[in-house]
Amino acid sequence: MPIDILMPALSPTMEQGKLSKWLKAEGDTVKAGDIIAEIETDKATMEVEAVDEGILAKILIADGTENVAVNTPIGVIAAEGEDVSAASKPAVAKPAEKPVEPEAKAAPAPIASAPQSVPAQAKSYDASSEFPAGAEVATMTVREALRDAMAEEMRRDGDVFVMGEEVAEYQGAYKVTQGLLQEFGAKRVIDTPITEHGFAGIGVGAALTGLKPIVEFMTFNFAMQAIDQIINSAAKTLYMSGGQMGCPIVFRGPNGAAARVGAQHSHDYAAWYSNVPGLKVVMPYSASDAKGLLKSAIRDPNPVIFLENEILYGRTFEVPKSDDFLVPIGKAKVVRPGTDVTIVSFGIGMTYALGAAEALAKEGIEAEVIDLRTIRPMDIETVVASVQKTNRCVAVEEGFPQSGVTAEIGMRIMEAAFDYLDAPVARVTGKDVPMPYAANLEKLALPNIGEVVAAAKAVCYR
Amino acid sequence: MAVAARKTKAPAQPKAAAKTAAKTGSAKAGADKGASKALSNMPTFDKAEELHAYREMLLIRRFEEKAGQMYGMGLIGGFCHLYIGQEAVVIGMQMASKEGDQVITGYRDHGHMLACGMESRGVMAELTGRQGGYSRGKGGSMHMFSREKNFYGGHGIVGAQVSLGTGLGFANWYRDDGRVSFAYFGDGAANQGQVYESFNMAQLWKLPVVYVIENNRYAMGTSVSRASAQTDFSRRGLSFGIPGEQVDGMDVRAVRAAAERAIEHARSGQGPYILEMQTYRYRGHSMSDPAKYRSKDEVQRMREEHDPIEQVRGRLTRDFKVSEDELKAIDAKVREIVNDAAEFATHDPEPDVSELWTDITLETARA
Repeated sequence: MPIDILMPALSPTMEQGKLSKWLKAEGDTVKAGDIIAEIETDKATMEVEAVDEGILAKILIADGTENVAVNTPIGVIAAEGEDVSAASKPAVAKPAEKPVEPEAKAAPAPIASAPQSVPAQAKSYDASSEFPAGAEVATMTVREALRDAMAEEMRRDGDVFVMGEEVAEYQGAYKVTQGLLQEFGAKRVIDTPITEHGFAGIGVGAALTGLKPIVEFMTFNFAMQAIDQIINSAAKTLYMSGGQMGCPIVFRGPNGAAARVGAQHSHDYAAWYSNVPGLKVVMPYSASDAKGLLKSAIRDPNPVIFLENEILYGRTFEVPKSDDFLVPIGKAKVVRPGTDVTIVSFGIGMTYALGAAEALAKEGIEAEVIDLRTIRPMDIETVVASVQKTNRCVAVEEGFPQSGVTAEIGMRIMEAAFDYLDAPVARVTGKDVPMPYAANLEKLALPNIGEVVAAAKAVCYR
Repeated sequence: MAVAARKTKAPAQPKAAAKTAAKTGSAKAGADKGASKALSNMPTFDKAEELHAYREMLLIRRFEEKAGQMYGMGLIGGFCHLYIGQEAVVIGMQMASKEGDQVITGYRDHGHMLACGMESRGVMAELTGRQGGYSRGKGGSMHMFSREKNFYGGHGIVGAQVSLGTGLGFANWYRDDGRVSFAYFGDGAANQGQVYESFNMAQLWKLPVVYVIENNRYAMGTSVSRASAQTDFSRRGLSFGIPGEQVDGMDVRAVRAAAERAIEHARSGQGPYILEMQTYRYRGHSMSDPAKYRSKDEVQRMREEHDPIEQVRGRLTRDFKVSEDELKAIDAKVREIVNDAAEFATHDPEPDVSELWTDITLETARA
């Protein structure tokens, strides 16, 4: 059967063009891949290649014709030995089959940008089962808790390994990987050169095959060199592969301000990573959460950003003595019950939240303090359950205010519990400036307990 | 299908001689018309190998022509980068590979997928954004994967696949499973910083990776000489001590012979190896490229004098006395596969709207 040659498009947006030149004449033999004509738009010229073989039986649109609509038959190819004359009647050129039009269908709920809906009467997550009363506990620093989490998971699973700068022989720039080289050897505790972009990519590549790398960044400030691999490769591949290629990897290291290290070593990236679907973002405060969440992160089949804090490394907390102690990712924790105002924070922000709650109690204001622990997915339901009780909320973070995590918390409360609010949600954040070096300025740039107290009083109209 | 993972009686020459051979081969790339006169060191194929290479390269060629046509009809959206002209590179590499070796590449990936044995239907349906595509329509031309066929993408960020491919090699080293990863990238990507970070670690840890630089002379519209201070890409690993060679990437026999040397080096624990494949893309960078940066004569000369498929076809008829009818039968078979893929990709439904919200994260297994 004769085959129509259709007017092609240079791009999906092209609707018509000029058939500038035929390079074959009627009766010529045409092979697949032969250039048979040229078309032109105001933007470019394109060659039309034959896809089928045969004889150019008929030219339907002549050289130089302007405004030829895309998909109009411009010529007819007949197979060898076919009756060419039969094809010469333009009537043979049947209208081009219309490409299947993608139907514009609305996606089903959830339509709102909020990835999860909160029921009308929200229920708070009960963290008491994580840390049973009467459990045997050890007192340890956050640093030791993180180390133990990695060691336990490496004992449990041979696919888990640690890589990063100074993680092995130096025993960790902040001593978080202390002793791991001695126990697990150089194949599983790997010192890398100073090449964040490269070793993050190597970690992601290894994870795509099913290994479970823990990639340590000496600080998350340096992970900016690697952020393409974290976002474009680790976070998106599962979706882009239709669910085939998971990426079980943990990126961890200290994040945010330490002390007097200036703008390039003090950035809090919680908000950045929490913006990206495909990632989980964890930012623990206590040693027990650090341990239980890091163990969960290592076992998680998804890429997890695990944000630590240099100042918290040396703080001491009680941690359950158990290799099976896990804290689920995506669950907040009510760390201090109260009735008058909800203060929600995470990571080192908890020091301001807890300090403020203590100060407020002395003035007769009982604050309920929630540690988010995971930024993404965010357990907004636990926050909302609290706000439904207190009707007031202050959100606290060390990061910058614009598009920050506290901005997200405020929006989510408005979406889920607007009618419960007796005051607008307030936030206390790092100031909107690069971190200064001078001691007095640095102090001003960070949140403090006084600011949280003031915000709490403001929302209580006190 | 496809991957005839045969160990050939390829030149068992000493390494130094082999290298010279490859260099000579590439130097001749410009003069070796249709490869009728056998160079003394030119690796040869037997009839079955020539037929295999012919069919596999033809499948890529016809598939890409069809993709170009379907793009023109508005069935394929976004970007679409065709591999036409470069077919010998991936086919020669795959002919030297072993079951389990991994492949990773950039955005010009259709040929690599077909060479890995992925189904034409699934690839074409991904191009049209349909549910039967390898990524169920969620990846598109540049983002396709097959764990089953050890194809790790399909990456849209130029150069990212080099670090990822090094990570595949790292996993092979970690598991000590004898696999080799092939990380393909272009002359453009070869200037990205992470390429050298990866070279350094791959050589430091002796990772089994073969870096295949497909030098098709243009990074989008910028010619190699306008973008690269060192245009001999086989030397790009020299400061790390990574061996490399330039290969006539239009001659599938030269590609396979070089691939065998490189793979042997990597598999035997000696670390990475660089192959600069000197090749050429006939089409524009993407479908919307008017290709004003090079002359039509240049393209025409490459097509007429160095076409990788015509070279094999010439040898088949001349040296192996394969009849036109036999070749036509292969052509017809290939065309049938491609037409079937196109038909499938045109009528397969778009993904269910519920797919919008799936595959974002995996469920956490209960511990």
